[in-house]
Amino acid sequence: MASSIRTQFEIPGKMKTWSLSLIGIGLVALVIGLATKGLSSDEHEQAHFWGTLMYNTIFWTMICNASMFFICATTLAMGGWEQTFRRVCEAISTMVPIFGSITFVVLLYVVLGNKHHIYHWLDSDAVANDSLLKGKSGFLNPKFFIIWTTLTLGFWSLLGWRMRQLGNEADEPMDAEQGASFIWRGTIRAALFIVWFALTVGSTVPWLWMMSIDAHWYSTMYSWYTFASSFVSGMSLIALWVIYLKNKGYLELTNQEHLQDLGKFMFAFSIFWTYLWFAQYMLIWYANIPEETVYFKHRVQGPYKGIFFLNLIINFVCPILILMKRSAKRNYTLMTFMAVLILFGHWIDFYQMVMGSVSKDHVTLGWLDFGILSLFVGMMIYFVGKSLASKPLVQKHHPFIKESVIHVV
Amino acid sequence: MAKKKFVVGCFDDEAVLFPAVKKVRTAGYKIHDVYTPFAVHGLDHALGIRETSLHTAGFIYGITGTTTALSGISWILAKDWPLNFGGKPHFALPAWIPITFELTVLFSAVGMVLTFCYLCQIAPFVKKHHFHPRATDDLFVMVIECTDKTNVDDLRSFLHSNGAVETDVQVAETGWWLGRYDKDEMPFETKQAVVA
Repeated sequence: MASSIRTQFEIPGKMKTWSLSLIGIGLVALVIGLATKGLSSDEHEQAHFWGTLMYNTIFWTMICNASMFFICATTLAMGGWEQTFRRVCEAISTMVPIFGSITFVVLLYVVLGNKHHIYHWLDSDAVANDSLLKGKSGFLNPKFFIIWTTLTLGFWSLLGWRMRQLGNEADEPMDAEQGASFIWRGTIRAALFIVWFALTVGSTVPWLWMMSIDAHWYSTMYSWYTFASSFVSGMSLIALWVIYLKNKGYLELTNQEHLQDLGKFMFAFSIFWTYLWFAQYMLIWYANIPEETVYFKHRVQGPYKGIFFLNLIINFVCPILILMKRSAKRNYTLMTFMAVLILFGHWIDFYQMVMGSVSKDHVTLGWLDFGILSLFVGMMIYFVGKSLASKPLVQKHHPFIKESVIHVV
Repeated sequence: MAKKKFVVGCFDDEAVLFPAVKKVRTAGYKIHDVYTPFAVHGLDHALGIRETSLHTAGFIYGITGTTTALSGISWILAKDWPLNFGGKPHFALPAWIPITFELTVLFSAVGMVLTFCYLCQIAPFVKKHHFHPRATDDLFVMVIECTDKTNVDDLRSFLHSNGAVETDVQVAETGWWLGRYDKDEMPFETKQAVVA
């Protein structure tokens, strides 16, 4: 490999300024929100504040975790093409413990603070008089919620950390035997992560964190829907960082071929998301049972109508029409635009999933949402930048690195 | 179609083939095609072949399928013969999406297969000339079209100097004709002239 490539990322001053000012704006919004809404005596205002924090923390934790899922899935599939920018995915996944602990604090406050305007099942009087909620109480109770949330976030962080630790070995030269052992241990660790990911993101966690806001309602599509939403945004986030680093003159070994494959992921999982969106919607529309349509009533016919269909346009119509062409997926400008659009679209998706149930009568989208968003974007830029600078940008001695360098779509 | 004269050069290594393709093109020869036992990444680019328009055709077929499904179903169920299905509106769009999707896939799939066959000129009972039977086994076969000015001997030695393991000259039909392989001669039974 050429020795002239730049493997050490230096954080530009501009990036620091931008991320810190975004964090600053976010903190101001957080403090004002806490003062005017979070600590207000009006329970609707409180639900608005904590709901806004909830969907932002959950969204950002999940999309950063999707980055680790991407690493583990490609490792298990013996994929080599992503090696030249794998450190970028690793750096994004270092956000999981940070965003995860914020999620944990927010969810813990909501549950222990007995915010039953968000989680109806916290209201013990209501549960006692409600056969449906009573039936679900083995799953929907504070004890299980807290234990499962702790385990979820803990193992996401731990297994992800173990995967990254293993990745460090690829910075040193290794012989064939060490390489084989490296691949085998990677397979084991990735498999462990994927199993835990399936048990959490693939099933229980979206039910627990978000679906249980509509305590009576349930959908078997919900977890996969959430997974698709977070995975496609995760891929967009990776694409954005890759393009940013390319722009700064790093990642010389990553080129349009890799970008096109990232674009394919963004395209394919946008379609997958739409498939789940539609499968969930059509079955409920067709059966037309009040217990089920309650979820869509205020979204399709109520105040959330605009956001609900905007969501579909941003996350389905735009990707399918714009990202379909090969040349679009190889165009840095268009990919940047689409990645930002998809990230925004799925942020809006998470917004309507949570706030559409927390605040059924009023669309709350406003300064608080964008303020908290700016806090999370700022933190993401700041910490991912730091994490990128802490290690070489390319794992020079990874057994599959050559496969990635010569990768052609 | 017309019969043309070709110089055929065979290579046994991908790594030799690529520089040879480059040199042959730089020297000004016209490469008719390169036949390989498996898909070789980047070879189309090296040969300077323009990108296929098959996907554009596929998109048009898909759109046609979507339009057919939506206009067909909406005319039948909303105008020609409206029926009440479980109290749903006559124009029940969500219920039609699966069928629309399926017709889109069907139209684009069938259309693209037929277009692909047309572009490659392959179909049942259609025969094409094989330049070398081992192109389906272990040889990379480069076929160069000759003009009036082509010096065949020069070209063959040029190919050899660029790593070809075999070369030969063939006068072959460029188009297709009707016939059956089980009735006619088998291409792999023909002895190829081998010049070392």
